[in-house]
Amino acid sequence: MYEILHKEKLGPNIFMYRLRAPDVARYRKPGQFVIVRIIEDGERIPITIADVDTLEGSVTLIVQAVGKTTLQMAQMTVGESIPTITGPLGEPTEIKKIGSVLCVGGGIGIAPLYPIARAMKDIGNSVKSIIGARSSNLLILTDLMNEASDDLIITTDDGTEGRKGLVTDAIRDLVARGEHFDQCVAMGPPIMMKFVCILTRELNIPTIVSLNPIMVDGTGMCGCCRVTVGDEIKFACVDGPEFDGHKVDFDELITRLSTYRKEERESLGCYTSETGCKLDSMPGGSS
Amino acid sequence: MNFKDRLKIQPVEMPEQDPVVRITNVEEVPLGYTPQMAMQEAMRCLQCKTPFCIEGCPVGIDIPGFLKFIETGDFRSAIRKMKERNLLPAVCGRVCPQEEQCQLFCTIGKARKNPCESVMIGKLERFIADWERKNGEFETPPSVKPSGKRVAIVGGGPAGLTVAGDLIKFGHEVIVFEALHKAGGVLVYGIPEFRLPKSIVQSEVDYLESLGVIFRYNYVIGKTIPVQVIIDEYDAVFIGTGAGLPRFMRVDGENLLGVLSANEYLTRANLMKAYDFPRADTPIVKGRKVITVGGGNVAMDCARTALRMGADRSLIVYRRAEEQMPARLEEIHHAKEEGVEFHLLQNPLRLLGDENGWISGAELIKMELGEPDSSGRRRPVPIKGSEFIEDTDALIVAIGNSPNPLVPASFPDLEVTRWGGIVVNEITGQTSVQGVFAGGDIVLGAATVILAMGHGRRAARAMNLYLSSGRWVDLDKALDLCRAEVR
Repeated sequence: MYEILHKEKLGPNIFMYRLRAPDVARYRKPGQFVIVRIIEDGERIPITIADVDTLEGSVTLIVQAVGKTTLQMAQMTVGESIPTITGPLGEPTEIKKIGSVLCVGGGIGIAPLYPIARAMKDIGNSVKSIIGARSSNLLILTDLMNEASDDLIITTDDGTEGRKGLVTDAIRDLVARGEHFDQCVAMGPPIMMKFVCILTRELNIPTIVSLNPIMVDGTGMCGCCRVTVGDEIKFACVDGPEFDGHKVDFDELITRLSTYRKEERESLGCYTSETGCKLDSMPGGSS
Repeated sequence: MNFKDRLKIQPVEMPEQDPVVRITNVEEVPLGYTPQMAMQEAMRCLQCKTPFCIEGCPVGIDIPGFLKFIETGDFRSAIRKMKERNLLPAVCGRVCPQEEQCQLFCTIGKARKNPCESVMIGKLERFIADWERKNGEFETPPSVKPSGKRVAIVGGGPAGLTVAGDLIKFGHEVIVFEALHKAGGVLVYGIPEFRLPKSIVQSEVDYLESLGVIFRYNYVIGKTIPVQVIIDEYDAVFIGTGAGLPRFMRVDGENLLGVLSANEYLTRANLMKAYDFPRADTPIVKGRKVITVGGGNVAMDCARTALRMGADRSLIVYRRAEEQMPARLEEIHHAKEEGVEFHLLQNPLRLLGDENGWISGAELIKMELGEPDSSGRRRPVPIKGSEFIEDTDALIVAIGNSPNPLVPASFPDLEVTRWGGIVVNEITGQTSVQGVFAGGDIVLGAATVILAMGHGRRAARAMNLYLSSGRWVDLDKALDLCRAEVR
């Protein structure tokens, strides 16, 4: 059993958890994820590891409540335990000194982006970061991202903080003022990563993305998380979760993520009627 | 009772759930023998002087031995005799292809010219295992002095569980690292609830724990802990990580919604209990007309699960003919009884989707049998111009699995074959790395539970000799000498 050591709300539906999992923390590298199950007969879901503390023997997960499992998790308190944390899974991010790196994080994607930005900076790259969200209260880790970057640009769709607009607008701004990048790392909702990649392909900036397809086992056993990368089929859980963003078929990924839309709604509906727990309403309409 | 009389006894039929009822539940189909039925069936055994049935058993169970005890009603001795060679009889009795193993060689079956009329060894194995479990009569063997040696078993499936059970008896410290949150491997994620209740698997695991085996769940060796660290920290290692790499057809449309590998479909249904959604949280694709591509036990399991998930029609599409299907006869028989349709000599060319990206049909081509291929079976050849569309809203790919690459990929010193199976010494299960043994599907590719157990049995013997003698080179010769002495 994996105990919740710390829990903090970062914004509407966004929670940070620190859980005791010394064996997961020990060999973890940035970019890896865990498969989590919060109750017996619960589902197995992938969550990127935002951070670890090997002294404390803990992993930090930042989770946005979107459905039954993540909403139920949000009701849990410090001292409670969950039955499964499996990891660290996936291939770690390739951190190398390449020159100038552009880190782009959207919404909850800022969480997995942070350790990578930090590692890229620590190894000697110049790191410029763009983080964006729909609204100011959905931005997370701004202070940490500021520390991890030589320059940080914030964007919000509604203009409540930073530059009004999308992360892609901010990328164009940077390029327009003469910035050059050897590498881009983009993490966030698939639609955001898709459009960042369309832009960076135009601008000739090699781009790594971290994909979040539906998973079950997380060890390459079921093929649920398969994605088309170029003309190959890859399993995000063992070949990824990071891939060359210019080769990923994002439309297919986005479609496949909707496989259980109906069941997800049903499950959340059942949970809400049984417990009264609901998702926070999100700025700009439904989440 | 003399031979003639025994030969005359009709095989005792196993009562089964009615097909119409059973596709609405996930309970077992065969309902089990009563003690009277078991004793009667066991009477059919001639106690042959040369029991060929034993040679047909991959773990060498003393079949006439345990049958004699059942015949006399001494069930306690029967299970003891069984467990000398097989620690998972409740599992094997349910999933072994006995008609290809022990029952194939049975004298009675030969006399009646029908292996299906052999002594029902499998059903009796199941009976005696269930008797022990129901009567709460698990015996703990006498405790053994600790050897001071530590063994790591990577993978808690049939091979790993067998090694664990055998090695714990020698006083070694045994730790099983299991990637999933439950042990059993295919027993728990692959084989459906209605063929092998998970409570039975749990019971076997509990038994091993009672003997002192330690289970660590949610440990993916190669990720959670590097393989090298395990090799350094343990005196011997057994790798039984299985064939959990699904094979896909590589046709257009395979990534459409509603197309799943058999592993995914069965894992959702069995391990994750999707048959109980929304009480259990994991959903599963529920098609009205489900196609399962494949002809093995896994394909049968998928097709029968689809019916239980509410499908109106469940089709098997298989590119060869029925005689060539690798599935166990009992599974084919049960599938047919339940209404699974067998569309044989057909193969998918591509999959078609609707405007929402969901599968709407499969373009199939008809096949005919030509010359034998490398497996010895007649090769299926497409019939030109015979393409047609079969409508469907869910398709399961059950065409086989390959060895899971995770451990070999994270540890390149381990020699593997071209297709990813770990290379081992046939007699000992030794790999190319000192102290490391392997067995089961990770060596063979997707095979059977009993073969995995046979590997486990072999490897445990060799590992024990390695641990006590320190000998690695020519361990197989030393093992042979050992066995010769014991005999």
